[in-house]
Amino acid sequence: MPKVKIPRKSTLVDMTAMCDVSFLLLTFFMLTTVFRADDSVIVDNPSSISEIKLPDTDILNITITKEGKVFFSIDNKNFTREKLLAKITEKHPQLKFTPEEEKSFVLTGSIGVPLNQLQGYLALDESEKKMYPQPGIPVDSTNNELGDWIMQGRLSNPGVRITLNGDQGCPWPVVRKVMNTLQDKNVNKFNLITDLEADPNKLKGI
Amino acid sequence: MAELEQKEVGKKGKKKGRKKMSTRVDLTPMVDLGFLLVTFFMLTTTFSKPQTMEINLPVKPKGEVTQADQNELKASKALTILIGKDNKLYWYLGLATAPIEGLTETNFSADGIRKVLLEKNRTIKDMVVLIKPTDDAVYKNVVDILDEMNISNINRYALVDIAKEDLDLINKL
Repeated sequence: MPKVKIPRKSTLVDMTAMCDVSFLLLTFFMLTTVFRADDSVIVDNPSSISEIKLPDTDILNITITKEGKVFFSIDNKNFTREKLLAKITEKHPQLKFTPEEEKSFVLTGSIGVPLNQLQGYLALDESEKKMYPQPGIPVDSTNNELGDWIMQGRLSNPGVRITLNGDQGCPWPVVRKVMNTLQDKNVNKFNLITDLEADPNKLKGI
Repeated sequence: MAELEQKEVGKKGKKKGRKKMSTRVDLTPMVDLGFLLVTFFMLTTTFSKPQTMEINLPVKPKGEVTQADQNELKASKALTILIGKDNKLYWYLGLATAPIEGLTETNFSADGIRKVLLEKNRTIKDMVVLIKPTDDAVYKNVVDILDEMNISNINRYALVDIAKEDLDLINKL
């Protein structure tokens, strides 16, 4: 009986095609990724049935933490943050920022310090910023800096949309104060950031 | 992965000289690298945009508001929801001083406030809901109630500051 000879084939697979695919995907993800700003505040949003999505840009966000601290952030489309800081310095001439501090302001996510501490906060480096106990922006009627931030933020980017990002457990009086501030600045339409929950009316239909 | 040198067969009269090197490059490590980076970008991408709920507050009146400017709200059409401490919820129909249907405690469940809202919305035409969170309420409660308005399709509601009469009612209960 003759032996059946199985020809030995190379086990090598051509990796070129796979390489193409992987780099195509890589390019796609690199171009679509928007890095999230490193936020020092973490909030747990309440849920609602609303399904309106929020755009990525033109957002002025007011965050309220569980302890009732108020934070402010704005996205940096068309150098909004640079403009905003310039406007804030214009209004408060006692504040003088160095170019490094201005750069730091542009790169920082949420701001939660009163104006008189802002300079000191911006001078810190990244890791120190995380450790810094931010007291929140004052919203009291006597010293309402949040109003200033909102006003200047809207002047820096007139098309900005205002969102309120509150923690589930933050006390209502703080939210009311923030809402009153918004109303004072003629902002009567804003969005509350919420998590999605199932709509009971839709569930019935299933 | 070692590449197997393929022997050239059937070439007679091979010229001696420079050895022909294979031009094939092993791309496996490059693929590895590619997928590693893909994974990184996939994990850092924020896929879901946050959901939002839109809210419109009334324009703050400038100067004095006269009685004539204000719309009189019929007491029989006003349903007031009070949000208390520890996720407690109360409601009454009519005025706080003379409620048509007295203060009732309820909760945030589907059988609680939603049932009341749906029922009242059916029986009372042009019902207006007044939402009054006390200072002990938390943000979640208020958002939940606003959400209930959306669920029950109630279009006329307002966030109102709590009055002393309302607090008295809760304390009496």
